[in-house]
Amino acid sequence: MAETIIRTERLTKRFGSFTAVDEISFTVGSGEIFGFLGANGAGKTTAIRMLTGLLSPTEGSASVAGFDVYRESESIKRSIGYMSQRFSLYDDLTPRENVRFFGGIYGLGSSELKEKGERMLEALDLGHAADTRLSALPLGWKQKLAFSVALLHEPKLVFLDEPTGGVDPVTRRRFWDLIYQTASSGVTVFVTTHYMDEAEYCDRVSIMVDGRIAALDTPEKLRERYEVNTMNDVFIRLARPARRSE
Amino acid sequence: MSDALVTEGLLKRFGKVEALNGVAFSVRQGELFGIIGADGAGKTTLFRILATLLLPDEGRAEVLGFDTRASYRQIRTRVGYMPGRFSLYQDLSVAENLDFFATVFGTSVEKSYDLIRDIYVQLEPFKNRKAGQLSGGMKQKLALCCALVHRPELLLLDEPTTGVDAVSRDEFWQMLQRFRQLGITILVSTPYMDEASLCDRLAFLQLGKMLALDTPSGITNLFRKPLYAISADEKHRIVSALRSFQHTASAYAFGDSVHYTDLRDVPDEQELIAWLASKGISDVRITRIRPGIEDTFISLIEQEPAREQPHG
Amino acid sequence: MRRFLGFVRKEFFHIIRDRRTAAILFAMPILQLLLFGYAIRNEVTEVRTGILDLSHDVVTQELTDKLLASGTFIPSAILSSEQQIADAFASGRVNVVVVFGPRFAERMLHDQKAELQVVTDGSDPNVSRIVTGYAASVAGDYLRDKGYPSPGIVPLPVMMFNPGLKSVYLFVPGLMALLLMLVSAMMTSISITREKESGTMELLLVSSLRPIQVIVGKVVPYLTLSFINVITVVLMAMFIFGVPCRGSIVLLLLESLLFILTALSLGILISTITSSQQVAMMISLAGLLLPTVLLSGFIFPVTSMPWPLQLISNIIPARWYLVLVRGIMLKGAGLAELWKETLVLIAMTVLFMTVSVRKFSERLQ
Repeated sequence: MAETIIRTERLTKRFGSFTAVDEISFTVGSGEIFGFLGANGAGKTTAIRMLTGLLSPTEGSASVAGFDVYRESESIKRSIGYMSQRFSLYDDLTPRENVRFFGGIYGLGSSELKEKGERMLEALDLGHAADTRLSALPLGWKQKLAFSVALLHEPKLVFLDEPTGGVDPVTRRRFWDLIYQTASSGVTVFVTTHYMDEAEYCDRVSIMVDGRIAALDTPEKLRERYEVNTMNDVFIRLARPARRSE
Repeated sequence: MSDALVTEGLLKRFGKVEALNGVAFSVRQGELFGIIGADGAGKTTLFRILATLLLPDEGRAEVLGFDTRASYRQIRTRVGYMPGRFSLYQDLSVAENLDFFATVFGTSVEKSYDLIRDIYVQLEPFKNRKAGQLSGGMKQKLALCCALVHRPELLLLDEPTTGVDAVSRDEFWQMLQRFRQLGITILVSTPYMDEASLCDRLAFLQLGKMLALDTPSGITNLFRKPLYAISADEKHRIVSALRSFQHTASAYAFGDSVHYTDLRDVPDEQELIAWLASKGISDVRITRIRPGIEDTFISLIEQEPAREQPHG
Repeated sequence: MRRFLGFVRKEFFHIIRDRRTAAILFAMPILQLLLFGYAIRNEVTEVRTGILDLSHDVVTQELTDKLLASGTFIPSAILSSEQQIADAFASGRVNVVVVFGPRFAERMLHDQKAELQVVTDGSDPNVSRIVTGYAASVAGDYLRDKGYPSPGIVPLPVMMFNPGLKSVYLFVPGLMALLLMLVSAMMTSISITREKESGTMELLLVSSLRPIQVIVGKVVPYLTLSFINVITVVLMAMFIFGVPCRGSIVLLLLESLLFILTALSLGILISTITSSQQVAMMISLAGLLLPTVLLSGFIFPVTSMPWPLQLISNIIPARWYLVLVRGIMLKGAGLAELWKETLVLIAMTVLFMTVSVRKFSERLQ
């Protein structure tokens, strides 16, 4: 594997007596598409918050893009991209205004922003829609735009939290084309999803159960190990006995 | 068997956008009927019309023999409705929510206990927890419980499994099968294609129009072209390599392989392998497969003209 | 009925569970009353007073004693020349300086005009006016007692019902109106729009509860809470601030109940025309609270407003409630004098309620 961009060792987060994330250790290599799966409440969100510098761990260590999650969370935030279904773009702004705003937030200079932003809008082929309010655009376009915005400051690593929720199967696959493109240019993609077929598209997949990583490998090896035909079956096999369900 | 639900030419506009455009279908008594579609397909609008919460601009709908416009009160007491968003009181506990919806419908949890027992025992350990603090799967179970508490004849479930993990979804559908066996008619919408095959019949909804309506096997019969699963070790590049092949009609990633159709009636496998080899992809496996529901939906979407134009 | 009671119970759960709202509901009346009662009162006490007596005769001595004996004026400095006045103000030692001109007693006897200057800090005009007036009235009382002819001091207007200028008497009725508006109108409109926002309204609608059941179910809890607030405020006003209740307490509570209903029906009306908590809050604040504070006569007397505002004040429920409360508490008036205001409130309530029930949609927009 190429150089490591995420490395965690016994990373743990407790809330009071409740251990949300329980000593997880894994590494993600540069340019990898890493699928981060888990049942609702398995601790995925907490783990991602720690890795993106939003939450300080209780124990263990982790470095993201070369920065320590305890001491350098600000540097982490600057060097990663983040897109989630919940935190997205402003619906009452146009795509162009969104790009300008988020580019500014990421600290892009005005000339740089103008050039990159325009190139990005062109690549998305939005046409005249670049100047209509986002709320009038179909969800698939919004997701593509949100993804591009997350890549605007050219991060080495991008976190995608359920990026394809709610879109039709064609649009979903177009989105994965974008993910492949991005990964082939060397950017690491860390992605969560509830669509198990999407787990197959990842280079490696980890499955969290009850705060721990129950399995981590390539989809092929996971299917072989559990002697099933689909990732869905792998997931159900691992997550079914989960004890907690908050 | 009589119909639990009939719609004719439903049309609903919000401003310039046509959320529903001529939707006509019927659901038989005791059927588990699925509405498959993405966000913005019009699923929620359809469910709200059937739950008598919205009036269609054109067309009509009859639910359990009552007209949604004139006899909405009769419908409301006989239908269990679960809205798309989690819509229970987050600041009330599981038990309080359930009690509240029972009393509002003039019944009690005890009276319906035999019906909701299977779900209730799963919720029981969290009885005193606030609904807002439940996990996604548990919230859905509670919402289903609340929708069932007045023993409805028809369940309208709008995307009950969106955002819920695969295990909880699996459990949820097992429960639906049980209620179907008890004779409750169920209309359920979902964006997940794998759930479609669990329905008696299903309809594809895309941008306010029904693209197809049939049993799962009837739906897949709509897919006429020979379909091939192509896999190779280089799974990321295989899609783009196939798209640039001159005889390719469609190529979409499906799990660990790519589902491929050819422009010709019979594809030339050797030519295909040679093309992929020229792109640096070796160890190619090609198998003829039976199309699934998702394959059919994709091909139907592709036949729709101008599908991804932003409106407005 | 069981369905309805279940609904009411749920509403109480919401109110109790939301600690911040519950705190606002119960702590606000008390805090507001203390705030208005102590901090923002118009009356002036403990005025640091400087005396510059250029005459030093019997009359000035007695007048000084009289002023300082009132409790309002606290002796802080004895000055000996006019040059010291500016300094005394600048150093903050005094808020007011009372200046007796030279040969005070003599001039009063012979010219029937002596110079009593009250020098105040003009940057606080409110206090200035009150202090000046108060000093003048003390002087006037003294002169009258002694049988001297009035030495050209403008007499204070006689306040029949609030002779001591006790502002807390005036604030209590206004405060009650304000609190009831806030709790009843804003809270109900927010609690209904919250159900719209969270999607639970969808479920309530399909539950076949009738609109009137939902509305009344929302009204009852807030009616109860508001009534508790009224009682708290009245009790505090009477026992902490010594505001009298010269009329019937029962009538006062009944009229308050009526006003609560008016406010509640306004709140429901607001919630039927809005769909977000934010908008409901804005409308309640801008459309109800500000007019209640500014146009009801709470702070500015209605009679001194320009006529367009006087006209507008007529449609503000608090304006009528204020007349009722002041009438009952301060004047001891009964229904015989107050039937007109009562009728106005009843009419408003019926109007708002009817429109709300009509507008309450049984479907989504």
